[in-house]
Amino acid sequence: MKFIKNKSGFLDRTKGANELIDLRKTISNHKRWDLLFMITGIIALMIAILTFIALFAQMLIDGMPRLSWDFFTSFPSRRPESAGILSAWVGTTLVMLVTAVSAVPLGVGAGVYLEEYAPKNLFTEIIEINVTNLAGVPSIIYGLLALGLFVYQLGFGQSILAAGMALALLILPVVIVATREAIRSIPIAIREGAYALGATKWQTVSDHLLPYSSAGILTGIIIGLARAIGETAPIITIGALTFIAFLPPSPVTNEFPFISFEWLTAPFTVMPIQMFNWVSRPEEAFQLNAAAAGLVLVVMTLTMNGLAIYLRYRMRKNIKW
Amino acid sequence: MLFVGNAKNCLIHPNILLAKYPANLLIQNPVSKELPSKKEHVGKLGYSYRRKIHERFIESILFLSALLSVVIMMAIIVMLVKESVVFFKHVSIWEFLTDTQWTPLFDDAHYGILPLVAGTVVSSVVALLVALPLGTIIAIYLSEFAPFAVREVAKPFLELLGGIPTVVYGYFALLFVTPLLQMIFPELPGFSLLSAGLVMGIMIIPYVSSMTEDAMRAVPMQLREGSYAMGATRFQTAIRVVTPAAFSGIAAAYILGISRAVGETMVVAIAAGMQPNLTWNPMEPAATITAYIVQVSLGDLPHGSVGYQTIFAAGLTLLLITLIFNIIGHQLRKRYREIY
Repeated sequence: MKFIKNKSGFLDRTKGANELIDLRKTISNHKRWDLLFMITGIIALMIAILTFIALFAQMLIDGMPRLSWDFFTSFPSRRPESAGILSAWVGTTLVMLVTAVSAVPLGVGAGVYLEEYAPKNLFTEIIEINVTNLAGVPSIIYGLLALGLFVYQLGFGQSILAAGMALALLILPVVIVATREAIRSIPIAIREGAYALGATKWQTVSDHLLPYSSAGILTGIIIGLARAIGETAPIITIGALTFIAFLPPSPVTNEFPFISFEWLTAPFTVMPIQMFNWVSRPEEAFQLNAAAAGLVLVVMTLTMNGLAIYLRYRMRKNIKW
Repeated sequence: MLFVGNAKNCLIHPNILLAKYPANLLIQNPVSKELPSKKEHVGKLGYSYRRKIHERFIESILFLSALLSVVIMMAIIVMLVKESVVFFKHVSIWEFLTDTQWTPLFDDAHYGILPLVAGTVVSSVVALLVALPLGTIIAIYLSEFAPFAVREVAKPFLELLGGIPTVVYGYFALLFVTPLLQMIFPELPGFSLLSAGLVMGIMIIPYVSSMTEDAMRAVPMQLREGSYAMGATRFQTAIRVVTPAAFSGIAAAYILGISRAVGETMVVAIAAGMQPNLTWNPMEPAATITAYIVQVSLGDLPHGSVGYQTIFAAGLTLLLITLIFNIIGHQLRKRYREIY
């Protein structure tokens, strides 16, 4: 036990008082570590936030002057001042349409099956392990699959259909996991109530479980689509052209039957590809275009993610089983 | 309506049904295992044939969509292996693994995966040196220190950060981070693994931090309370109690972060250059496995040429690396979920 001088400069007479002072010192030492770590934590968080702000500011400064109505309504061009993103955003919209139409029913169906129907056996476990593994496969691998399977084997070519389906495969695990989590959070009493009234399994699922979990499923779908919008690698891999100065055929026609599916097989470009194309050019003027396209892309994904976060927040607040 | 009157007409014997589903799920009287006679049943809500078929039909559709995940995985493996087998007929596996040059598109073609693997390793190590410490500190801070309001704001914000397209991060690395680094290291070239790795690290932070935080949240409150009751401070509790208890979850977060860094494409393709270069120096430009696939895809390679097959061989290498990490990661994650 070491002796410590008290405030008045005398050595403490009692052992107890010494211990108390010692203890206080130890505690304040430890509290200092607390504070130190707290500051480190805030700094780490700040680094992440500042990076985001720098990224956004950089694009805003570079890209804002290029953003105008013309930018959205003109085709890409060899002259940077007159280049626009018309074919890119139309392409993105159409590709997302294909992605949503193919990934949502399959993902929700798989989620419902795994959560409500699947017996507990080895095969179900294999499916579950597969879903988690698929979520970890790098996106470019999906591009290779789409290149070999959709583009060449099935003969879709470098089309909107091939790209949309590649992205659908990519976001399938996201939709499945979101569906499962949303359905899992519904209490068992709801199911028992439905069965007690004579509902079959499918009636229970379609009339009760799906409507009650729709907000959660929707959140998953939005997050998945937001991810798909920004994916570049798989679309590059299927060999999508980067210079497209025309629009795919319109899905709505003047003649009977008024709907045409010709656009599915049309060549296309999407927002991230357009941006990548501009970034990789040496001229600075094109990089300003890239900044503008990036700004549009980031606003799109942030809006979608923000919507998903808001939905989840509201859901957590409103639903109390 | 056609009703099932007795066990003979039933698609599945009632005993099996009772074994499969809890008794109260069935419409029939669960106590007596005999089904009521046909006459008794007419006019009541019943256990009808059509209904049963309808149910089975829907169940099989749902099953098929679940089966699709297995089919996709198989298709990926079959596709990569099929093209790689043709490639390895042309190039021996030994050459593929030991040659130090990767120039499949030149006249003097060399097929050594080593330069691409080196580029992947260097950029991933740089990324992880950023992402793992920062991600862990953020997770510990958010889970153990931060007031409720800070957590409620910071978590969605990090999620948004994780949702930004990778091509935008690539742009940021090339046009913001590289010039910034060139102020510090004037000899840094326009493309470098360093700036790509740094930005990739920032990009992975939300991924690591959210999974680490989940693992720490899964540690039961009693452990913390016990630690506080013994007089430990928050920092001591976080480092000596919560972190070891969440260890396998944190390890899983790290490993999945690694697999993410290895598979990342656009940032390295834009900011690290696309020239294969056997180097361990992050200050140099080099291509990763993913960047090489992008480079080939940008060109116009005929279907079936050796160049076309190289990207499948490279893809197979990438898939094997990430699959190993993913399987380890998920095993660890499963373990921490089961402990408490």
